[in-house]
Amino acid sequence: MELAVKLASIFFTMILVDNYVLAKFLGICPFLGVSKKLDSAVGMSLAVTFVMVMATAATWPIYKLILVPAGAENTARDLSYLQTIVFILIIAILVQLLENFLKKFIPALYKALGVYLPLITTNCTILGVTILNLDNGYDFIESIVCAAGAGIGFLVAMVLFSGVRRKVEQAIVPSCFKGLPITLVAAAMTSLSFMGFGGIVDAIFKV
Amino acid sequence: MSPILLAIVIVTVIGLIGAVILVAASIFMYVPVDERVEKITAVLAGANCGACGCAGCADYAKSIVEDGNAVNKCTPGGAKTAAAIAEIMGVEAGASVSMKAVVACSGTCGKTSKRYEFEGLQSCQAVKGLYGGDGMCKFGCLGYGDCTRACAFDAIHILDGIAKVDREKCVGCGACAAACPNSVISLVPEHKRKPVVLCQNKDKGADTRKACTAGCIGCMKCAKACPKEAITVENNLAYIDQDKCVGCQLCVKECPVGIIHVPANE
Repeated sequence: MELAVKLASIFFTMILVDNYVLAKFLGICPFLGVSKKLDSAVGMSLAVTFVMVMATAATWPIYKLILVPAGAENTARDLSYLQTIVFILIIAILVQLLENFLKKFIPALYKALGVYLPLITTNCTILGVTILNLDNGYDFIESIVCAAGAGIGFLVAMVLFSGVRRKVEQAIVPSCFKGLPITLVAAAMTSLSFMGFGGIVDAIFKV
Repeated sequence: MSPILLAIVIVTVIGLIGAVILVAASIFMYVPVDERVEKITAVLAGANCGACGCAGCADYAKSIVEDGNAVNKCTPGGAKTAAAIAEIMGVEAGASVSMKAVVACSGTCGKTSKRYEFEGLQSCQAVKGLYGGDGMCKFGCLGYGDCTRACAFDAIHILDGIAKVDREKCVGCGACAAACPNSVISLVPEHKRKPVVLCQNKDKGADTRKACTAGCIGCMKCAKACPKEAITVENNLAYIDQDKCVGCQLCVKECPVGIIHVPANE
């Protein structure tokens, strides 16, 4: 029970409080680039969620077993400085492998994810979630839950913002604000609204 | 082993293992790609306009080969492209029906007027958001040129208050139809004799008359004149079924407000 509460707390914290896009400001590029249409926003988010979980499942053991084996912290054997380059390598290999796999065995999903799958190979949210999981000292299960939460949080942010954006596009804005500037202002306000969730998850799960 | 050497070895080994896995995967999970797809992509117009209903030219090529999509759907390419694809696929091209955009509104400046002066953002989308548009008629062309901006072929312009299609330049991609917030623009098969009702007003006849002198009042005269029963009047608006129409143009002469025209002869 305690474990379930803890995992739920991590999951919802990632969605509402520590939302990767709106609170940690990672993945702003797809957030602004792909949020124009609702269906592409959802497609992209699902692909991100999928890859996040897979990447976490692959990088966590590699970090704990190869880069920093038990007892090697702060010794000469501590290769944690390699995590960025190794993680990028692993995520790139993983996405490529995943694409091949989906193409062969689940063509429907491959079609649905389409161009977004290769697009997120070097996305900073993916790298971010793998690294921050380790920084937070999560164990394997917690890391996976955290990655799934981060993905769903990304989905929530994308869907919300694609709605905001549709309103913004129809609004009459001063010509100097047209296009990207007003989109960024709108993004800032959406982000501010998420600040209101601060502490809510801690209060609910009493952690 | 020195830490530097270890670091190099680890990254290299991970990279090598990854490379081996990927090579193995690409052999093991090889999906044969039909070479016809690439050939067809090469002969398509390459405008990625989406007129065929696919996401782009490459997507259309794929759907021809894999899903048996029709070969004559590329409107910018026209009959020539259809023939080229047919040759690659080894099938008959079939008649490539050329589609052209038609603006179903006749409310030029003299025929209708404005309800209010709009001074905001000069876009149909914006003016539509303010009490449904500034024209007396809520169904007609708004005349702020969203279609002009959407057209990649410079084929549609605002002339005398309403959009006018340059039929020479129009390739029938439908970008303007998608951009029009009033759905005034539609794609109609190009035909030299078949007429179209150039109005969208669904109000009752008396209300239509107040708003615009060139609006369909739903008088049924065209429907009665039609020998093939191709014209139906629904919601006070006449509609001509292009499949049933034989191009006799009796309705054109009969229309009291003169809004039935053959677009090809304009």
